[in-house]
Amino acid sequence: MSLHNHLLSGLLPAALNAIYVAGAVRWRAGGHELVDPDDELLQALRRGEEAAFLTLVGRHQGMLLRIARSFVSSPAIAEEVVQDTWLGVLRGIDGFAGRSTFRTWLLRILVNRARTTGVIEDRSVAIGDAAPVIDASRFDASGAWASPPQHWVEDVDDRLLAESLAERIDTALAELPVRQREVVMLRDVDGLSSQEVCDALGISEGNQRVLLHRGRSRLREALEMELGGVG
Amino acid sequence: MFWNRRELVCQEVVELVTEYLENRLPRAQRRRFEAHLADCEHCTEYLAQMRVTIRLTGRLRSEDLTPQMREDLTALYRRWREQED
Repeated sequence: MSLHNHLLSGLLPAALNAIYVAGAVRWRAGGHELVDPDDELLQALRRGEEAAFLTLVGRHQGMLLRIARSFVSSPAIAEEVVQDTWLGVLRGIDGFAGRSTFRTWLLRILVNRARTTGVIEDRSVAIGDAAPVIDASRFDASGAWASPPQHWVEDVDDRLLAESLAERIDTALAELPVRQREVVMLRDVDGLSSQEVCDALGISEGNQRVLLHRGRSRLREALEMELGGVG
Repeated sequence: MFWNRRELVCQEVVELVTEYLENRLPRAQRRRFEAHLADCEHCTEYLAQMRVTIRLTGRLRSEDLTPQMREDLTALYRRWREQED
């Protein structure tokens, strides 16, 4: 694969995220018009359809709970904050003009609710030690690979293997330090942009990236161990 | 900075992967990163593994609504509708 293709395949999700937060009802990306993925549900909600409300809730609840839990240590209070957020959505829906995506608006409500409950705990992020993500013993004195990664990326396209690997990732995620887990899940599972994560968690862009880097690196390592890839 | 003067080594590349994927490397550093990749199959594999990791993570589903939450939120919705009417 050419380097160019490499770049494109890697950047695509990030590019889409950038589009998602751009802040208009329709976004242009490479000539394509994109619509807020929640738009139809919002219209149904405005018409008073209960089912639309529950579908919206189902779509975003996991993300909201994750963020709420990052603010407060009590799961019960986190759930209250999220419920309160949904009430805010119902009350505000007619005034929501679609100048941002629904998700961005939703995140803003959540963070405001969490603040006004007065239960926000210390938001300082412990970045942790500056240890390298790959053990130094895998490199020689010049910094070149001594124990290089084995080749296994194509194996992952095998459907069954991919499923078992997804389980492995799930386990590895659960073992990550909480801040890393939050950032990796919001970015890579929920598909938030880095800006959305920073706003929602109240952390700097640099912190967000460090947490993402360490978290993703650990997940890769878990896959490597699963695939017996340490040469 | 050091990368302005010499080529990157593998040990540095693995620490820059996220900044690279996030498109946050300064242009000169990005060039060095790509120059290293062009010459290093191991780091090319490493980068590919990070992408696969991200893709697999993206297949995980966010946690589902519990029946209790669903019930609570349905009640919330109906109370709100009553107040509205």
